[in-house]
Amino acid sequence: MIEFTFWDILRNLLLATRWTIVLSLIAFVGGATVGLLLTFMRLSSNRWLQRLTSLYVDLFQGTPLLMQLFLIFFGAAAMGHPISAWLAASIALTLFTSAFLCDIWRGCLEAVAKGQWHAARVLGMNYFQTMRHVILPQALRLSIPPTVGFSVQVIKGTALASIIGFVELTKAGTMLNNATFEPFTIFALVALLYFALCYPLSCYARYLEKKLYDAGLR
Amino acid sequence: MGPALDFLTLLPYVSELLKGLTTTVVLTVVTTLTGLALAVAVAYLRINAQPWVRWGLGGYVEVTRNTPFIVQLFFIFFGLPGLGIKIDAITAAFIAMTLNLAAYSAEILRAGISATAKGQLEAGRALGMTTLQSYRHIVLVPAFARVYPALISQSIIVMLGSAVVSQISVFDLTYAANFIQSRNFRSFEVYLLITLVYLLLAFGMRRSFMLVGKRVFAYQQGEQR
Repeated sequence: MIEFTFWDILRNLLLATRWTIVLSLIAFVGGATVGLLLTFMRLSSNRWLQRLTSLYVDLFQGTPLLMQLFLIFFGAAAMGHPISAWLAASIALTLFTSAFLCDIWRGCLEAVAKGQWHAARVLGMNYFQTMRHVILPQALRLSIPPTVGFSVQVIKGTALASIIGFVELTKAGTMLNNATFEPFTIFALVALLYFALCYPLSCYARYLEKKLYDAGLR
Repeated sequence: MGPALDFLTLLPYVSELLKGLTTTVVLTVVTTLTGLALAVAVAYLRINAQPWVRWGLGGYVEVTRNTPFIVQLFFIFFGLPGLGIKIDAITAAFIAMTLNLAAYSAEILRAGISATAKGQLEAGRALGMTTLQSYRHIVLVPAFARVYPALISQSIIVMLGSAVVSQISVFDLTYAANFIQSRNFRSFEVYLLITLVYLLLAFGMRRSFMLVGKRVFAYQQGEQR
């Protein structure tokens, strides 16, 4: 049997943390892209597009992320196209992130007072000009703190990929635990590593939020 | 072409589904109550207690909010026995869910509480209310009413997150799904059905919370809108 020292455990966990970070980045970038599309679909004047988008958001917000993961992982296999845990986790987390970001961003766009829309249109700006010069710059400022805050949820969400067998931080923790039987140390370290990833983001989100508040925008 | 969906293969497993549903519902109801009660205590102490208590509770809230629920669950279920504290799976799930909901809700409540002006509390005291009475009627209940929608969402998030307790072999809805698909190999149908059940649970939870809120905070409605 191989003996694991504390440093072996820590080194292995740190190596696995890379995959947590990579998966988080994929989910966040993918989710932001899809989320942006959804936000504009949601704001379009087509009522069916609006309904479809809110249904999408409600479905992803009203079901467990674990089920979304299972449905994609096992669903793809059931359709005759088995995919890797890696791909399944990336897709599920991207869709999950896009639904939440769409909801956050829609709120920010709607938070810009309606009167400004009307004012810009009266001044002769068309839809895109209004969006580009009046609404978006303001909505963008409002959206940054909650978006940074949500990135913490994305990082924590990647922990569920461990359940379908993707070896990231949590899975590495359970594997090391099976080899060493030191659950207390290992899961404390795993928690600490997640904390080290998430806490700075949480603090940064809070700082940004406070800055907006002080600027009188909230 | 893959095999077509076949939900009839789920029929023999109705009792497992019901068992899982019961566990999820009971866990959710109990931990929502204990979690919110603990949140009130934590929010109160984080505002009013000695600095070292505030600091300690701040640490608990931040650690809980910045680590995944599954890791908290594993730490409680696998880690604590290492210290000689042995607990069964359902107790671990109960503790983890309560602590998780309490940490988030305490932060939400704290925001609601700090929105109450200090002068109001002093006015209450001047009117002859006891400290407890004035705190309850002037600070706590209005704070609850103010942040109630956020508390509903948080409780639902914890209910949905509870799917993870299946990983420490608590027989909840997700465990039932895993159990059934290991017998009939119809994983997609099973997970689709269970996802729908979670969706209905989330919907039902929101509705019942709102009904309760309408009754409990009835006299606050004027102030709210």
